[in-house]
Amino acid sequence: MTDAAAQTARDRAELIRESAANAAIPAGMALPPDDPVTDVAPTPASRSQWRDVWRQFRRHRGAMVALVLFWGIVLFVTVGPYLWRIDPTYVDIRARNQGFTAAHPLGTDQLGRDMLARLMKGGQVSLAVGLTAMSIAVTLGSLIGILSGFFRRLDAPLMRVTELFLALPLLPLLLLMVTLFREPLGKVLGPGMGTFVLIVTAIGATSWMQAARIVRGDVLGLKEREFILAARSIGTPNRRMVMRHILPNVLSPIVVAATLGIATAIITESALSFLGLGFPPDFPTWGRLLYDAIEQMQMYPWRVILPGVLISLTVLTVNYIGDGLRDAMDPRIRGR
Amino acid sequence: MLTFAFRRILLAIPTLLFISLVIFLLLEASPGDPLGDVPLTVPPEVKERMREALGLGQAWYIRYVLWLKQFFWVEPLHWINQAFGTQLGSGGQRIISFQSRSPVFDVIAERLPQTLTVVGMSYLIGILIAIPIGILSAYRQYSWFDQLGTFVSMVGFSMPTFFTGVVFIIVFAVNLQWFPSIYDTTHRVTDWDSFLRQVRQMAMPVTVLALYNAAQISRFMRASMLDNLGQDYVRTARAKGLSERTVVLKHVLRNSLIPVVTVIALGLPAVFGGAIITEQVFKVNGLGQLLISAIHANDIPMVLTLTFIFAILIVTFTLIADIVYGILDPRIRYD
Repeated sequence: MTDAAAQTARDRAELIRESAANAAIPAGMALPPDDPVTDVAPTPASRSQWRDVWRQFRRHRGAMVALVLFWGIVLFVTVGPYLWRIDPTYVDIRARNQGFTAAHPLGTDQLGRDMLARLMKGGQVSLAVGLTAMSIAVTLGSLIGILSGFFRRLDAPLMRVTELFLALPLLPLLLLMVTLFREPLGKVLGPGMGTFVLIVTAIGATSWMQAARIVRGDVLGLKEREFILAARSIGTPNRRMVMRHILPNVLSPIVVAATLGIATAIITESALSFLGLGFPPDFPTWGRLLYDAIEQMQMYPWRVILPGVLISLTVLTVNYIGDGLRDAMDPRIRGR
Repeated sequence: MLTFAFRRILLAIPTLLFISLVIFLLLEASPGDPLGDVPLTVPPEVKERMREALGLGQAWYIRYVLWLKQFFWVEPLHWINQAFGTQLGSGGQRIISFQSRSPVFDVIAERLPQTLTVVGMSYLIGILIAIPIGILSAYRQYSWFDQLGTFVSMVGFSMPTFFTGVVFIIVFAVNLQWFPSIYDTTHRVTDWDSFLRQVRQMAMPVTVLALYNAAQISRFMRASMLDNLGQDYVRTARAKGLSERTVVLKHVLRNSLIPVVTVIALGLPAVFGGAIITEQVFKVNGLGQLLISAIHANDIPMVLTLTFIFAILIVTFTLIADIVYGILDPRIRYD
């Protein structure tokens, strides 16, 4: 062996060590472990993709209008209560059943509680239920989807479980769960909080199946790709494989499923409230407000229509945003 | 195909058993007591005997197996006896409702026609509306009709049925007074006038459910038509000089209907679920209303049986969808 050859070999070894170190450091720092949705944007490598998605999303006129409206609704329920300071539970029996007046722009209910304030408060609860239930469902769904797509041994049992859940009669079961466990949970966590936890877990636990199936399908396709083989060949452990290579690539279907999941969760919660099996009466949600107003809808139809319109509008905007996101993230359309 | 169907049916049995167990255990874990409404003046030993009489004395697994036996053995035998006047295994205890003390299936049989007419009609009308809309908006993609159709169907399935139902009641029953807001189930159709009354009282619940279903199905129909319109065989059909009508309504439509038919079959159980809400809005005393009142009254056998029937519906229609898909599309091979 000549000196030159030995030098080349040393160089190569150093190069490999260097590049391995380079690969290891960003992997440790830029690893988006728990909450990839929020973390992805600032990392330089994936920013351009999300900028692309945003550029495409802006072209979808319906989705843009929906996004603005949705932000409007979110501002209405979050900032609104700071501007309109009437307590939504304050009973003013002398001012009951009022129409649209200066003191109460959207009127009052049968106990004289201000409708505007109640709609804001109810929206907070409805949106919170939608977001939390969606996060539970999507986390559970992605977890099960990735596990069953990535680990062949888990695939069959997990998919059986998914099919079992798909065969469950969901609305009757939700009704059952809420009726049976509302009181015991309410005793432990307080009536409002207890119902919230119960409804959110119940909806989350019964709506993860679609996300799981979509994610599994995508993971199965990804697993055959070359970059996974390459990552495998340099000895990437399973955990990092999932976090760094699989998860970012199945993020777009997850985001779409999440958006549409918010809509379903809001509708389910208001349906439960509408059947009288949701939150307690002094705890306004949009569904509950609608339900409470039904008895007097012949005399005061606005009290039914306002919460109903808000529910429908929120769901509609969320559906449109989901539609726009799906179009924007579909690489087959994105180029155009 | 036959072996596939057979295997699927065999697989459906453990699924259903598991679901029934889940529902049973859920009810078992509930803190509610069916004797909660019994006055406190009743002495405890009498209460204990009442508990025995309701069949609550044994361990849960014995009651579960007993319920399974009642559901899958005693009840079918009873129906056979009723239908043919036989005496097969008579005297078996049927599933008894806690609430009405009458057999659960008798109550369900009373309520079933209302649900079936409302749900069935609405689904049928929904499909009849959705398919032409889907065809037209796919054929004229991005035309004003397509834009409008997409928007309306988006609005249609974003508005929950309980809201559309209530709005319909306010507009058509309260303000215009065209239709009654409450469904009268004791009404019997005997002549033309009573038939008209039946149509009028069915109009609103059926419309609400039909619009909701139409919104969903038309989206599927449009997507499926769009998929097929771009296929090569369409170009071939045009190239050999077939009229546009034949190309679209024969070649494309038939192929696009394949996935839509399975969607329709899969959606039917969900429509029954959705009917729970619509029945509550229009005060139709069908199965959904029965379920809700049974849940409120802690009527365990009724809730268990009804929920399980919903589960059977879902499993059956999933099976039907799979099999129909295989029959309609010869490219699908299950073996």
